Amino acid sequence: MKIHEYQAKAILARYGVRVPRGEVAHTAAEARASAASIGGRVVVKAQIHAGGRGKGGGVRLAAGPDEAERIADEILGMMLVTHQTGAEGRRVGKVLIEEGLDIRNELYLGIVIDRKAGLPVLMASTEGGMDIEAVAAATPEKILKEPVVPGIGLQDFQARKLAFGLGLGGRVALDAARFMTALYRAFEDTDASLAEINPFLVTGDDAVYALDAKMNFDDNALGRHPDIRELRDLDEEEPLEVEAGRHGLNYIKLDGNVGCMVNGAGLAMATMDIIKLAGGNPANFLDVGGGANAEQVENAFRILLADESVSAVLVNIFGGIMRCDVVATGVVAAARKLGVAVPVVVRLEGTNAAEAQRILRESGLRFVVADGMGDAARKAVAAA
Amino acid sequence: MSILVDKDTRLLVQGVTGREGTFHTRQAIEYGTTVVAGVTPGKGGRIHEGVPVFDTVAEARRATGANASTVFVPPAFAADAIMEAADAGVELVVCIAEGVPTLDMVRVMRFLESRPTRLVGPNCPGIISPGRAKVGIMPGHIHREGPVGVVSRSGTLTYEAVGQLTARGIGQSTAVGIGGDPIIGTPFIDAIRLFEADPETEAIVMMGEIGGTAEEDAARFVREHVRKPVVGFICGQTAPPGRRMGHAGAIIAGGAGTAAEKMKAMEDAGIRVVRSPADIGAAVSSVLG
Repeated sequence: MKIHEYQAKAILARYGVRVPRGEVAHTAAEARASAASIGGRVVVKAQIHAGGRGKGGGVRLAAGPDEAERIADEILGMMLVTHQTGAEGRRVGKVLIEEGLDIRNELYLGIVIDRKAGLPVLMASTEGGMDIEAVAAATPEKILKEPVVPGIGLQDFQARKLAFGLGLGGRVALDAARFMTALYRAFEDTDASLAEINPFLVTGDDAVYALDAKMNFDDNALGRHPDIRELRDLDEEEPLEVEAGRHGLNYIKLDGNVGCMVNGAGLAMATMDIIKLAGGNPANFLDVGGGANAEQVENAFRILLADESVSAVLVNIFGGIMRCDVVATGVVAAARKLGVAVPVVVRLEGTNAAEAQRILRESGLRFVVADGMGDAARKAVAAA
Repeated sequence: MSILVDKDTRLLVQGVTGREGTFHTRQAIEYGTTVVAGVTPGKGGRIHEGVPVFDTVAEARRATGANASTVFVPPAFAADAIMEAADAGVELVVCIAEGVPTLDMVRVMRFLESRPTRLVGPNCPGIISPGRAKVGIMPGHIHREGPVGVVSRSGTLTYEAVGQLTARGIGQSTAVGIGGDPIIGTPFIDAIRLFEADPETEAIVMMGEIGGTAEEDAARFVREHVRKPVVGFICGQTAPPGRRMGHAGAIIAGGAGTAAEKMKAMEDAGIRVVRSPADIGAAVSSVLG
């Protein structure tokens, strides 16, 4: 799960990570009031779940309350386009008003789970404010890493090693080390999957700050973090994906026109791939899960047909514990109830497949029955 | 022969009295697996599905000589169950649960480091050695005994590959679902090493997916250590970057973990990589000659 910058900063501040003074504003008038209470120069920052906001014009400096109000008025409601939003951009619903700081040095800090090591790793780099993936690709030696064992936590010496490694010295280095320890504690305590401070700032008067902050959380651990779960902003998510999630379905909208409904994530990806190989384009990823029943199948149909670009549907089920006859009954019921107008190609294999074929044949509805994945993909692409 | 599970497997089911545990215990017994014990804390002393239930794994192991465990507890409690089984000395633990928090798995892997227990999963269908033992949730009837070892990060995609093999009359020595999470107990390399050493296995099918670098690591291992023919497939060739495709581990992050990179690494290692998931059976037929 992703959250906004201002939410991440609030969490981090609780752990002792130093962040600039700031307030969230939903209107230009609120932005003005916030700027007045903060005083001096302020930064107006669009709050959306995407990186590259600065380049897209979503982060701007204001000399005082008047300018902050004018800039907030321009940013609020705009469709902000960044390299992560896609061409249509994302609507800005709130801005963060923050004190302007005197920037001397922009560094980078980030914590992710290193899959190979099986541990969280704290990364630090002098290349702050840059796209860290580009830095990793071009100059991997500029990224320092320290693996951390949960439970034991980031040791002070590890943090010092990174701080001095960044070229910091004296009191600033020790402040930076404390900052890193606090950042790691926040990461582990909240079951984060990512905590990134980019840039990690050293000011002219030798103070360290999180100028930007990004935190993502492990969806599987949200059950033990109800406070973090509440920070979810549904306005930032594709409505069909949110709706699918409510029904326990895993749906991701894509650009093509062949809708697919599959059981199992791997088979669902493989179905997308084989549609492409057959010359078509998948409209979505949709995993109905292992224990799907007739109601789930109906929900799945409703969601994938709500995408108006879908001109054919491919149902690919390998029945194991999930019986094909149950799926077939669900498909027939959904097609009747929803009055499905596009061609539906059905491939059912595994447990009770023969019975399922009979149910489809005798339904009186015009399903295209396929034999194997290759045949199913060809038929679906031809029908789309 | 086969790998990991066979006629000598004495299975213990953790979470045996739950809905999933009950259903799959029955299925495993029907398949012919030797199920010797169940564990549900607080329900020790009962008989459930014809199997004695114990309060702790240690007690169950002492009383029954169980040497393998399947974990059917909810994901929030899975880490604890795995560590309990390892602490009791159970040699093989198969964790089916999907949704185990990543940091829980980090702790589990540290815990297992100093113990001989092998973990398979989590978020996996389990292991089957056709005709011998079924330790997991896969449909037994689609399998048949034979010479092909199958290893995969996905559940139903494994069934798809097995289905294609069986339809061609090609059986399997063992099919292992290693799981779709970012941190798992048994990576491709371990399963492939076991298949290479298994005299009954003549060819290996590995099915990977986007995310991480486990397939690249396995490809390097295959190039250096595997003489048996390997057929490979990677799903997610059309997956958009930055999106988690169902499995917690299936995500292209920072441009890394793409299907193209994995397929190239595997081809460079001499693995017969098929583009289409419909071609797995045919490719295995051809490498078996």
